[in-house]
Amino acid sequence: MDKFESISSTEKTMSEISNDTPALTQNRRIFPHGKIRREHLISWSFVLPALFMYALFVLVPLVLSVFYSFFRWNGVGPMTWVGLKNYFTIVQFPNLFGSIFNAFKLIIFFSFIPVGLGLVVASVINRMATGRLGSIARTVIFLPQVIPLVAAGIIWGWLLALPGLVNELLRLVGLGSITRAWLGDFNWALPSVGVIGVWVLLGFCTVLLVTGMTKVDPALYESARIDGANWFTEFFNITIPLLKHEIGVCLTVTVINALSAFDIVWVSTAGGPGNATSVPGIQIYILGFSQRSVGLASALAVMLMILVLIVILPIQRLTRETAK
Amino acid sequence: MKKDFLKILGVIVLLTMVFAACAPKPTAAPTQAPTEVATEAPVASTTEAPAEAAVPNCGTEPVVLNAYFETGFDIPFKLAEEFTRQYPNVTWDIKQDQFANLITTTPLLLSGENAPDLLRLPTMVTFAKDGLLMNLDHYAEVFGWNDWPVPQLNQNRVAADGTRGSGSLYAMGLNYSLTGVFYNKELAAQIGMTEPPKTLAEFDALLAAAKEAGLQPIMMWGSAKSGMGLAFPLQQLMAAYGPVGPINDWIFNKPGATIDTPSNLLAAQHLERWIKAGYFPADINAIEYTDAAARFGAGEGVFTFNGDWQNAGYDTTMPGNVGFFLMPPLEAGGAPAAMSAPLTFGIAAKAKNADCAAFFLNWVATNDEARKINVNIGGSNPGGPLGAVMPAAAEGSVTNETLAAGPVVGAAGNSMDFIANATSAIFAQGWTPELQKMVAGQQDAAGLLKAVQAEYLRELGQ
Repeated sequence: MDKFESISSTEKTMSEISNDTPALTQNRRIFPHGKIRREHLISWSFVLPALFMYALFVLVPLVLSVFYSFFRWNGVGPMTWVGLKNYFTIVQFPNLFGSIFNAFKLIIFFSFIPVGLGLVVASVINRMATGRLGSIARTVIFLPQVIPLVAAGIIWGWLLALPGLVNELLRLVGLGSITRAWLGDFNWALPSVGVIGVWVLLGFCTVLLVTGMTKVDPALYESARIDGANWFTEFFNITIPLLKHEIGVCLTVTVINALSAFDIVWVSTAGGPGNATSVPGIQIYILGFSQRSVGLASALAVMLMILVLIVILPIQRLTRETAK
Repeated sequence: MKKDFLKILGVIVLLTMVFAACAPKPTAAPTQAPTEVATEAPVASTTEAPAEAAVPNCGTEPVVLNAYFETGFDIPFKLAEEFTRQYPNVTWDIKQDQFANLITTTPLLLSGENAPDLLRLPTMVTFAKDGLLMNLDHYAEVFGWNDWPVPQLNQNRVAADGTRGSGSLYAMGLNYSLTGVFYNKELAAQIGMTEPPKTLAEFDALLAAAKEAGLQPIMMWGSAKSGMGLAFPLQQLMAAYGPVGPINDWIFNKPGATIDTPSNLLAAQHLERWIKAGYFPADINAIEYTDAAARFGAGEGVFTFNGDWQNAGYDTTMPGNVGFFLMPPLEAGGAPAAMSAPLTFGIAAKAKNADCAAFFLNWVATNDEARKINVNIGGSNPGGPLGAVMPAAAEGSVTNETLAAGPVVGAAGNSMDFIANATSAIFAQGWTPELQKMVAGQQDAAGLLKAVQAEYLRELGQ
């Protein structure tokens, strides 16, 4: 009910504001007062369905998660208020807290490599592979975004298995000594999951960056070339500075992907071996659904959300400043 | 400012999409005050049984049984089909889901309006404690289930304090699986095995011989995706080194129970020796259950630890070439032990056709046709009363060997539930990661038991 009250009050303030806005006051002289109100009603009627769904499926669960995190609750029985105990439990148990460190390690693979590599690939596509070749390259690189992750995870599992294709290729080139079960090796499981992440996210970053590059005035490149600039000089002095906004978006999305990773990890390793690839998303799932510790799972989810905000907000600030 | 807000909002949207999936549904909120676990025959009020003498049945009026089964297991579906053939007034409304989804949906199903008459139970204690499951003591009384061989029903009993193994009955098994050692007959002959080993030392010698011959001694799975299979040999070793009682106490959450006992330490050390000797595949931490079964079927591995639910699979991939024996005891002449778990089905406390569902559960264990279906499709022991006729499995099927082994374990009173079932997440959070570490040389036997016990206490404390 509160929701609707707040909406109608917002509406009131908006019409008050519009009274002071010159352009709208002018409109009011032309149209009768009722028309403006009707326009507001129409615009709100467009917003309301989405707002309702957003509140129902996003805001309500968000608030509930915070609420549950202060209780001991199995999802069915009585709820017991435990204050901050769930948060202390998470900090105390290395299995739970350690998963957060793994998530930060994943940022290297899910964010830095796709954005870095994406910049290089995008600038190569932009400069050398225009026309048909360029669109083919874009499609191929973007394809992983379209393939269902579960299917991709199974295929990667086969590729990276001990009898899999990756090890076959290594043996073929005489590197038989380094073959291993990549997803079952304590040191290599996380980087291997990371490689899958690079494969998935490279396409997203590349396409976004290529789009950004097409907005850059070709005259800049032309004049740079007249001045004798090579690809590297162009890349570092024109492409990167002018794409800061796009890079910011890429970083934001991929960092969130890394910190809240679940699907890629679940379908490739399910957190193993040991806890080598255990990330908060996996732990939240196990705590909430297997162990039925809804409070503890919610506490970890809230901690993860705060961590993501801490990491994301500076990136947002940085890109906003440069955009100005 | 507004833009700023929108950006933050955007971040929150993306985030909450993840959390929304994880956040418990508001509908799961307790709809009823948790009732005390009724330990004294309380059932008369919940059933329509008019007189004590009348045995509940499905009557003659049309009945639609509302059932929830596990996807991928044919047995309940085939049994339901046969039941309708014999009792045409009973039809079924069967819904099905994956086991992992059943874990999450069962509380909603049980507390919902249209609570199932019969459902596959992934876990039991919480639901029994919260009064969502029907107490079956009354049915046990009138159908005579209490006279069946004891271990069958014990795993489905929940006491007032929430420990399993004794107390009121809350579920029945459609059948009872059995675990042990399967072997590839051709490869076993190659290493000179003419009969199953009688002691653990003999088994050790066979494993060493297999390694010597350049064969893979044991095929096993260990990926976190299917859970660490080394829990099978570990528990078998525990039962070889010590009594099964304390292991069951631990699984049933008896107060003060611990897995960190001297005999279990010897067992874990034995497993560690097997790992160090290279008896398991080098890539075990990446092998999933289905991969291991396929690789064993393709001739990789002389032995494998598994349960009789895989019988049909082995019979298909290596017909006539697979044998079974119970894990041998430490000393010659000792009693073998095995994990044996019921395929658990329960009745919702709010079920509309509880009598008919209970009648079905009784029929499954006592009807000849039903028992045949159980053996031929499930490969497992159908349980039931003492002296019930055991249907014969197909000639040459490994099912004949597992069925023969069942009474041996039963007679010794040495059947155990699975250590992975002690708490709902002990497999994912305890055994699997710690055993994987042991494989990688990052955990020793003593550390393994200590870590699992700590996780066990943490989960019970939640």
